[in-house]
Order: sequence, then structure tokens, then C-alpha cells
Amino acid sequence: MRWIINLLTSSIGLKLVMSLTGLFLCTFLLAHLAGNLQLLYNDGGEAFNLYAKFMTGNPLIKFISYGLYTLILLHAVQGLVLASINKKSKGSKYAVSAKGNGSWASKNMALLGTLILFFLLIHMGDFWWAMKRNNLEYVTYDGVEVKNLYKKVQISFKEWYIVLAYMVGLFALALHLLHGFSSAFQTLGLRHKKYTPIIKGIGYIFSILIPIAFAIIPIAIFFSQN
Amino acid sequence: MKLKLQVWRQKNKNAKGSLKLYNVEADEHMSFLEMLDVLNEQLISDKSDPIAFDHDCREGICGSCSLVIDGRPHGPQQGTTTCQLHMRHYKDGDTITIEPYRAKAFPIVKDLVTQRTAYDKIIQAGGYVSVNTGQAVDGNAIPIEGGIAAKAFDAATCIGCGACAAACPNGSAMLFTSAKIAHLSLLPQGQIEHKSRVRKMVAQMDKEGFGMCSNVGACEVDCPKEISTDNIARLNREYLSASLGAED
Ligand code: SF4
Ligand code: FES
Repeated sequence: MRWIINLLTSSIGLKLVMSLTGLFLCTFLLAHLAGNLQLLYNDGGEAFNLYAKFMTGNPLIKFISYGLYTLILLHAVQGLVLASINKKSKGSKYAVSAKGNGSWASKNMALLGTLILFFLLIHMGDFWWAMKRNNLEYVTYDGVEVKNLYKKVQISFKEWYIVLAYMVGLFALALHLLHGFSSAFQTLGLRHKKYTPIIKGIGYIFSILIPIAFAIIPIAIFFSQN
Repeated sequence: MKLKLQVWRQKNKNAKGSLKLYNVEADEHMSFLEMLDVLNEQLISDKSDPIAFDHDCREGICGSCSLVIDGRPHGPQQGTTTCQLHMRHYKDGDTITIEPYRAKAFPIVKDLVTQRTAYDKIIQAGGYVSVNTGQAVDGNAIPIEGGIAAKAFDAATCIGCGACAAACPNGSAMLFTSAKIAHLSLLPQGQIEHKSRVRKMVAQMDKEGFGMCSNVGACEVDCPKEISTDNIARLNREYLSASLGAED
């Protein structure tokens, strides 16, 4: 067992955890996006509500979702701890700071991560908590009673400030991914003359397209009601 | 040319330092260090304390010179040590800010001099081969593929100057350590101990208090020998496979 502790407390081991949890969260983003795009169906929310019921009712998915919460927390808490250790390792700052060596995002991953975490709290407080607390209205599809999360989403995204908070959160996510995606591969030691440009390319597309696709949802719902 | 210099002055390790302004008359043919020599002559004749800075070979091979010039270790010129930076890159009336390296593992000794023994300790932990290499043999006695030899050679050009940790916002020594690891593990002589070497050197690097690499890439921009972060990926790869594969 000692070897696991040695590995996971070494500088490279600590980053290995950041890399693997980060990549896992990227796959979650894809799954979450696929589910949420159902909000844009023109069916009064039936597909989305049935999907929400399935996601909260299925025991296997419940199990996976608790794993997911753990990994989000691990990624966030460990990321903040590592950033503060790194800040101490630097010690003091230069009076003049140079421009052009390293992207802004790469130097501000902890700040971006904190913004994303705040956004996540707002997001989960609004929808996940509402779903848990059981104070949603019900709709009936084919005789089955289902919580109307769709309606809750419609109400939330009617307000411009909520939509704005989502835009800020997603913008931070895009910047975080722009550095994080390819950085995760570098940490794993996966760098190759032929494949790294492909990984970087996929990383850029992923970092821009996924947040844009998420952003379309609140914007579309806002304009459909205002 | 007339220059204004803002130089970090600090009496000793524990003193609080600050930037002091100096005027100096330099010549465009001077190296950056010669320009500082001129200023020091001036200070000595004024009976004030000359500025302490590290230097030795003054030809870009020893890694002694350091200095952070306008926020960049070894100054603005790509792939050049401070001693090889010449004043022709500046113009009359310029203000130049000169600071010591900043990284917790490189404490300031005095003014612009930092203690960089932490890098030596990383080398001592495993940056060598312990086989008896005997007499110098013919360069081609051990066949090594061209591309591999070139990669090992590129890594071997690291002069251990410490600019990588100085440039890194995390004060990380990964570029240096990775250059040493790659240089040895790519060659047959270094293969023998490569698994234990990488684990020992990384453990020492962590012990010295260097930060963790977050793949910012500032190190490779300021490295005077243009060591690539390719080597850092190799180090990560070797460390992970050595740690997972070892029996302890
Ligand atoms: S990797 Fe470059 S910057 Fe770092 S010690 Fe070696 S030569 Fe200096
Ligand atoms: S003094 Fe030797 S490298 Fe600059």
C-alpha cells in the first residue's frame, strides 16, 4: 500500500490525479450536454422530464452520479491545494512581469476553476436541489406522474441575470478547458510528434464547441420567453 | 548610451530587499555583464557596495550567470544566457529592471545572487551513470540511432542555470530534471539505472521544495538552451511507468 501513497503524494502523482479526474469530467460534460439539449425539443418538455426522471431514479446512474460528485470535489479541492502549494514554492513575485511566456489561462487555472465551482453551486442549487427537495410541480405523461423540471428551467432562464451567470461560468469553463484538455495528456506523458497536434486540435474544438453548445440552451430559452 | 538601471539590492538572505536606481554609461559592444562591471567600478570608486551577481565562463556554457532582466530570466533574447546578451539590443535612454531569480528553492544570498544548490542535489540523487566507463572509447563504438542521439544531445545541452524554475510561476524544476532524465535514459549507458534514477531524482526535486509543473510552458521560452517541454512529458511517462512497474 505504501507505494500508492508514495506515488500519489509525489508531485507527478498529484498531477496524475488532476489529469485523470479532469479527463473524466470532460466525458461527463459530453453526456450532460447530450441530455440537456433535449430542453430545446419542441415537445413541451416531455422528453427532458422523462430523461430527468430516469437520471434521478435509476440506481446505477445514482451510483455513478455520487462517483461524479466525489471526483468533482477531488478535482476542485486538490486543484486549489496544489495551486496554493505552487504559490508558496514561487515565494515572491517579480517587480516586472514578462509577457508572452505561457497563456493567461494556464497561469490562472485555479481562478478559473473557482469561478466554475461557484457556477456549479448556483447551477446545482437551482436545479439539482429543486429536484431533490420535491417542491416541483408534476405533469402526467401516459398516466405516469413526472416532476416538471422543464418548467423550473423555463422559469429560471427567464431572468437575464441567471442567463448572464451561466455565460460567465461557461466562459470560464472554455478557458479552463483550453489549457486543461491538452495539459492532461502532457501530464500523463502522452506526447508525440504525430499525435499531439491532433490532441491539441481536438482540445481546442472541444473547449470552444462544448461551452457554446451549453450556452445556446439558456439563451434560446430566454429569447423564447422575452 | 546612457541607461537607467533598477537593480534589486538585498544585504543578505534575511534582509528585506528593494529596487535601487542607477545610471550607467554603456557601449553597444559590451555584454550585459560587462555593463554591470562598469557600474560596479563606478560604485567601488564612490566607496559604495558593488552589486553582487553570479558569473563564471562568460561564454554561455557554465550556467552561472542568472539575472531576471525586465521580467525574463536571461533577458529578452531567445536562446541566450545573460553573459551572451549584448548591449546592442538596447538603446540610449532605456530603463532596465534587474532582479534575482525567484523560486523558494533558490534563496537569495545577496543582491542578484541566488543559491542554486538544490539543482546539484537533484543531480546527486541520480543524475549520473554508475557503470565504469573506463577509457574514452571511440565515439561510434556504441551504435545509437541518429534521431535518438540528437534528442539525447539536445537534452544534454542543459547547463543547469536555473532559469526554468525562475521563469515558472510555480517555481518548478521540471524542465531541468526532465532534461537530465532524458539525456541519460535515451542512451544505452543510462538505460541500466533509468527506473530507479527517475524515482530518486523526482523525490529529491520534491524534497527541495520546487513547485509542481502545471504545463504553463514559460520555462521553455526562457531556457537559454531551448530545452523543450517534450522532455517533461518523457519524465512524466518514465516516472509513472517506473513507479507503477517497480516492485516497491
Ligand atoms: S533546462 Fe534550460 S533553463 Fe533549465 S537549467 Fe537547463 S539550461 Fe537552464
Ligand atoms: S557566465 Fe557561464 S553561462 Fe553565463
